Parts: sequence; structure tokens; C-alpha cells
Amino acid sequence: MEDLTAVYNELIMEHSMNSYNKRKLEKTDYEQIGHNPNCGDEITLELKLNGNIIEDMAFSGHGCAISQASTSIMIDTLKGKTLEEAQEIVNTFIGMIKREITNEEPLKKLEDAIAFKNVANMPARVKCALLAWHTIEEIINKNL
Amino acid sequence: MNIEEIKKDFPILQNKEITYLDSGATTQKPIQVIKAVEEFYERYNANPHRGAYSLSIEATENYENTRRKIAKFINAKHPEEIIFSKNATESLNLLAYSYGMENLKKDDEIVISIMEHHSNLVPWQKVCKVTNAKLNYMYINDEFEISEEEIENKITDKTKIVSITHVSNVLGTINNLEKIIKYAHKKGAIVIVDASQSIPHMKIDVEKLDCDFLIFSGHKMLAPLGIGVLYGKRELLNKMTPFLMGGDMIEYVHEQETTFAPLPNKFEAGTQNIEGVIGLGAAIDYIENIGYDNIQKIEEELLSYATQELSKLDYLEIYKTKNNKNHSGVISFNIKGVHPHDVASILDNLGICIRSGNHCAQPLMRFLGIDSTCRASFYFYNTKEDVDKLIEGLNKAYEMFKKYIN
Repeated sequence: MEDLTAVYNELIMEHSMNSYNKRKLEKTDYEQIGHNPNCGDEITLELKLNGNIIEDMAFSGHGCAISQASTSIMIDTLKGKTLEEAQEIVNTFIGMIKREITNEEPLKKLEDAIAFKNVANMPARVKCALLAWHTIEEIINKNL
Repeated sequence: MNIEEIKKDFPILQNKEITYLDSGATTQKPIQVIKAVEEFYERYNANPHRGAYSLSIEATENYENTRRKIAKFINAKHPEEIIFSKNATESLNLLAYSYGMENLKKDDEIVISIMEHHSNLVPWQKVCKVTNAKLNYMYINDEFEISEEEIENKITDKTKIVSITHVSNVLGTINNLEKIIKYAHKKGAIVIVDASQSIPHMKIDVEKLDCDFLIFSGHKMLAPLGIGVLYGKRELLNKMTPFLMGGDMIEYVHEQETTFAPLPNKFEAGTQNIEGVIGLGAAIDYIENIGYDNIQKIEEELLSYATQELSKLDYLEIYKTKNNKNHSGVISFNIKGVHPHDVASILDNLGICIRSGNHCAQPLMRFLGIDSTCRASFYFYNTKEDVDKLIEGLNKAYEMFKKYIN
């Protein structure tokens, strides 16, 4: 049995329950809904661009601790990055969760989002961790 | 009845260290069912209704014997009133297409309840879109039950079809079928009963109920996956057009025209799931051998213990009627402030299997003002120790989340 505290760790719990990223942006360039019909998780990402740089991001919605924390930590990680950098980080995160990237080195760019590494051992929760990342992927793909 | 002895019939409960509380999704299978399927492939596998050789005839006989067994099991007058399908969903789709689409017109009404599984909801939306009929809902009261007034308010002279679940897969509420069926018939509507969540637990008598159609899945009552049943009154089935077209459901096929076989073949196109039918037959034998009286006795005790113990946890919200006589099988609940998916993961870590999510009942979730629930569902092979483990697991989940809950 997996040690659950490896997944439900302090950082993830804090972000899932009391996220400062759960708010509304005053000005939004993109709004994208992500939905997981199996468990009902739903988030709306708001994103403001400054040229090529993600200037601000926020989210609303509801879901399990993993989907909510993953969204919040993703926002922290991607804010201030260019769309190209963001795309690379998103791909790395997806690769980590799907266990396609296991090397420590490329995972460093994930910053706090590396906290989700152990979700890779919980197949039932992979979708939860990936919801926000697939959602932002859609926004990035529209712009690159 | 010794439940430990019963448990020995279920290999998976011997082989795995699990507390299985998800029988509402699918039950585990006793060795008698597994062996029956094995025996079919080892001794008399052939395509029924096709071959003129004795092996095929033996397969056909076993297939048709099971049809007779099911007719007797639910007290249908005629074996040809039993149609085999893939599952409850397919049975309901058959009714939506072959009855709903054919018989409804603009301004007619279909009445279902807010507690329906999507399988008894989405097909009727489709019928309404095509025929311009209207889909109306019976809602639940504070006790998670449909009141008699609600039944009389929603079923009107315009109602042509009432399709209702016998037992809710989320709330466990047993609906007042007697009242619904009598009242609907008085108003000239036909009644479809979804017995998927009731037939594993209680005796179904279609003649006594006087429902026009009744459907269920085999896999929720010890049988293999992929076999379902549709019961229908013969005069109604005879008037209906076929649902799926193809082999075995025909009489004469010409280049441009076809005449169809009589019941039940008219509704059984293509090679059927014979192993599923054989397994369902063995499942019915198993249930009859234990007896519904015993099943109910075991489950009543178990559910009343579960209700009592769950009610002691003040961090829980429970979605269940207080009238235990109107309740069966499943208990839905939430740890306030914690998402059910997280609770299910923590329980899974302790080997406890429960379901979390919207249980294919999104309109009900919306009506209750929630996104999802945890659901523990019980069968006669569960014990009080299983309930104790659930409570222990819930306490652990609450401890983990307590300091973060807003």
C-alpha cells in the first residue's frame, strides 16, 4: 500500500483547501473550462497574457483535493513564464504523472508541482492531477 | 445463515484482502456462477438456434431453460415475455426506441423521477427531442422520498409513460411502486420499472406489481457482466417493432422487405451472450437457495447497524430516509468539506472499496445541491466487521483532512 501522506502532503493539502489562486481576474484574455465527467470535477481557468508572457492566472470551480491543489500549484508554477516555457513544463508534468519522465533533472523545472510525483502510483487519481494541465494545454495550443 | 460460510462461496473475497462495499456497482460472483460459465465452455458451447446438431441443441435448451427460469423467478406469465439484452441500459434503450419513439407524439408526457440513473433519463430525453413529448420529473421530499402528492401532481392525463427506478442507486430509497403503477394506469400511462438495484435484494413479482415493463442487469445480482433482462407484457411486446435488426430475429428476408420472428426472438438479434445467460441462471439458483427472506434478514440487520454507526460520526452528512422500511442496499454520505474522491482514495489504501462520484445521477446531485457523494453499498456477504472497517477508515480520512477543512 502506498503511503498516502506522500500524496496528501502539507503543500497539496494547503493548496487544495485554501488556495489564494481561487479568485477572479479583473481582466481576462482567456477562459477555459476543464471537466472530468467521471467524477464531476470542474474548473475554470482564467489567464491574462502580456505579449507572450503569462502575466496572471486564477481559477474557480470544485473538485477533489488533488485536482484543486494541482490547479493552484500549476498557476504558481506557470505565472511569469512564456507560453513556450509553459508548454514545456506542462509536457514535463504530464510525462511525470504518466511515468514517461522519471529522471530527476528534467523534473526540476516543475518547481512545487513535483509534489504530485506520487500520484503516478495511484491510477485512479491520474485524471484528477492532470485536469488543470490539460485545460491550460488548450489555451497554449491556441496561441502557439 | 452463517455469513462466513456464504463468504467462502466467493473466491475473490478469499483471494483478496478487501472490504467490498460496492455491490451497488457490481456484485462479486459465487463459485457456482463461475463454474456454470466454465462448464458451458467445457461441455456444451455452440451457437444456439443455429445448428441442427446435438451440441447446438443442448446450448439452445440451456439458453431457453434459463428464460423459463427467469420468467418463474419474477412471476411472468409467459417465457417469451423475457428478452435478453446486454444490460439494464440496453433494455431501457430498447423501450425508448421501440415503444417511446413509436407511440409518443407532441404534448404527450413522460414522467420519471429526479433520482433516476442516467440510463433511465438520457434515452427519454432523446424520445422527447424526436417526438416533441415533454419530460417531467417527480421530485423528492426532505426524507429523500417521492410523496403520494408528488405522484398525483406529476402523472396526468397527458402522461403516456412513467419510467421509475424501484430503488435509488444513490439514496437507497424504495419507491412506492404500488401507488405509482395504480395511479399511472388510472391515467392511461404504461409503467416501466428499473429493478437493477432492487432485484438483488428483494422478491420481484411482475404480476403482483402489474408493471408493464421491468428491466434489470445480471451483474448486480451475482451474474456475469454483459447480460441484462427486459420483461414486458406480451400484448405490448407483440405490438412493438424490433430494436436491433439482423440474424435470428427474422422470419422471411427478401431483397427489400423482411418479416420478423415472433417473441422473444424478435428482440434478440445476432448471437446472444449465452455464457451470460447461463451464469444468470446459476445466479438465480444461488439466490433462491439462500432465499430472499434470509437475504432481507441479513441486510436489514447490516443496514441498520451501518446506519447507526455512520450516524454517530458528526462530521458526516448522510443522504438517507429515516424510514428504514423504505430503504435498501446503499448509503450515500459525505465528510463535510472533503471531496468524496479523496475519501475513496484513503479508504482504498485500507483495502475498502466504496464508490465516489455522481453515480450516473447528475440531475439528482444538482437537486441535492452537491457535486458528488461517497456511497457504500451492501450485499448479504457483507458483515458487521465490514461496517466497522468502513467507520475506522472514515475516521482516518477525517483525521487527515480535519485541520485543513474550512
